[in-house]
Amino acid sequence: MHSIRISQASSFWRDGIACFAVEASTCSMKQAQARVIRTAMLSCPTVAMSAALEFREISVVADSGRRLLDGVSLAIEKGSVTAIIGRSGSGKTTLLRSANRMIEPSGGQVLIAGAIERDLVALRRKMGYVIQETGLFPHFTIERNVGIVLEAEGRSRAQRVNRVRELLKLVGLDAESFAHRYPHQLSGGQRQRVGLARALANEPDILLMDEPFGALDPLTRAEMQDMLRELLARVETTVLLVTHDLDEALYLADRIVLLSDGKIIVNVQRDEFLRTDHPEIVSYAAAFHRGDTRASSPKAGSA
Amino acid sequence: MSARFLSQYGSEITTLTMEHLWLTGAAMLFAAALAIPAGIWLTRSPRWAKPVIGVTNVLQTIPSLAMFGFLLPLPWLGERAARIAIVALTAYALLPIVRNTYAGIRGIDPTLIEVARAIGLTDRQRLFKIELPLAASFIFAGLRTSTVTCIGIATIAAAVGAGGLGELIFRGVASVDNRLVLAGAVPAALLALVADGALGLMERRFKVPATESTRT
Repeated sequence: MHSIRISQASSFWRDGIACFAVEASTCSMKQAQARVIRTAMLSCPTVAMSAALEFREISVVADSGRRLLDGVSLAIEKGSVTAIIGRSGSGKTTLLRSANRMIEPSGGQVLIAGAIERDLVALRRKMGYVIQETGLFPHFTIERNVGIVLEAEGRSRAQRVNRVRELLKLVGLDAESFAHRYPHQLSGGQRQRVGLARALANEPDILLMDEPFGALDPLTRAEMQDMLRELLARVETTVLLVTHDLDEALYLADRIVLLSDGKIIVNVQRDEFLRTDHPEIVSYAAAFHRGDTRASSPKAGSA
Repeated sequence: MSARFLSQYGSEITTLTMEHLWLTGAAMLFAAALAIPAGIWLTRSPRWAKPVIGVTNVLQTIPSLAMFGFLLPLPWLGERAARIAIVALTAYALLPIVRNTYAGIRGIDPTLIEVARAIGLTDRQRLFKIELPLAASFIFAGLRTSTVTCIGIATIAAAVGAGGLGELIFRGVASVDNRLVLAGAVPAALLALVADGALGLMERRFKVPATESTRT
C-alpha cells in the first residue's frame, strides 16, 4: 500500500468522492480503499464531505517562471482551524491568497462548500481576511473600519452600528471608547483586534489569516492568541492560518500542514504532529526553543 | 490710490473682477472634470501615464500669449474671446491636476488597496470610499496650483478681448498709467491669494493621519 503513488491515490480518492455524491450505496468499497490509502500516506489530501474550503491541484507560477505552488490539494473541514507552516518562500501566503483569488492560480480549482464561486466580489465577501499589517483605513474611524464590509453590502446604518458594537466586544475592545477613534490612535495589538473584528463583520464562512500576530511583541501576541482561541470556540468559522510560529500553530490549530517548495510535505492532526518522525517536522520542531533550556519539548507553553 | 480714482473705476474693477473669476472658475471646472478622471484612468493603465502627462506638460510650456494667438483662428472658438480664454486656461490647468491625482492614488499604501480588494469592495467602492478620499489632499494641492496659475494667466486673456482684470493692466500699460495697472494687478493678486488660502484649507482638511504601521 505504501508503494502506491500519490497521483494514483488521489484519483482513487476523487472517484470515491464523485460516486459517493451520486450513488452513495455502491461506492463504499472504493471509499474504504481511499480511506486506507489516505491514512497510510501523510501527504495525501484530507477528504471530508464537509470541506468548507478545498484546494484542488492548485499550481501557481510566478512571472519569473518559478513554481510557487505545485499541484497542492487540501481540504479544510468546516469549523476547523488549519495552520500552514513552512519556511519563507515555501508558498504559504501564496496558498492563502489563492483561496480568495488575490493570486490567480495557473492551474487547479478552489471550492467553497463544494462549489466554485466565479464572482470575485461574492467570493471575497465570504472570506474574512486578516494580515500582519492589519491594513486599517486611516481615514475611517474604528467604527467605519469594522463596518466597511457591511457598508459595501448596503446594510443600514443602524444595523451597522449595532453589529460593530457586538464585534468590538467580541474582540475585547470597549465600543464606547474605541468606536470613534482613528487607527493611528491605537496600539499594534488594538489595531489587530480591530482588523479581526472587521474580518468577522459579515459572518464569513471562512477566515483567512496571514501571520496575523507576526508583528506583535510576545506578550501581546499571547493575549491575542488567547482571545482568538476563545473567539473561535464561539463562532462557526473555518480558519486557514498562515504562520511560521510553530507554537502558534500548535496552540490554535486542529490540523497542521507543512509546506515546502510549493508542495505539501505533511498534513496531520495537531496531536500527531510531534509524534511523527518525518525529517522535515523534526528539523522544524528542533529550530524552535533553541535557547529555552527549561523547555524539553516545543509543546511546553506557548506564551 | 485716491478716492476719486476708486469712485471713477470702482464699478469697472468689480465687473472685471467678476469676469476674471468667471473665466478662471469655468476653466477650473472644465479642467477638473477632464483631469481628475484622466488621472484615475492613468492609475488603471499606467503605461499611458508617461505620454499623457508628457502632453499636458508640453501644453504648459506654450507661452500664454502664443496660446491665445493659436486659438484665435479656430472656427467655433474664435467667435467669442471668452471661449478662447476658457479653453486656453483649461489647457494650462490640466497638468497639476492630472499629475497629482495620478500620484496621489499611486502613492496610497499598497496594503490598503490590497485589503480593499480582499474584503470584497467593488472597483467603484474602492475608488470612492478608499482611493479618492485618501488621495483628496493631493488632488486639492493640484487644484490649488492650477487655480493660482490660471488666475495669473487669465490677465493675458484681455489681449484677445476676453475681458477680465487684464483689461485694466493692458490699458494702464498703453496709457502709461500706473494706477490703472495696479487697479488690475492688485485685485488679481488678491484673488490668487484667497484661492490659494481656501484650497490650502481644503488640502489640510483632507490630509490623512500618518498611515498606520504595526512595526514601530
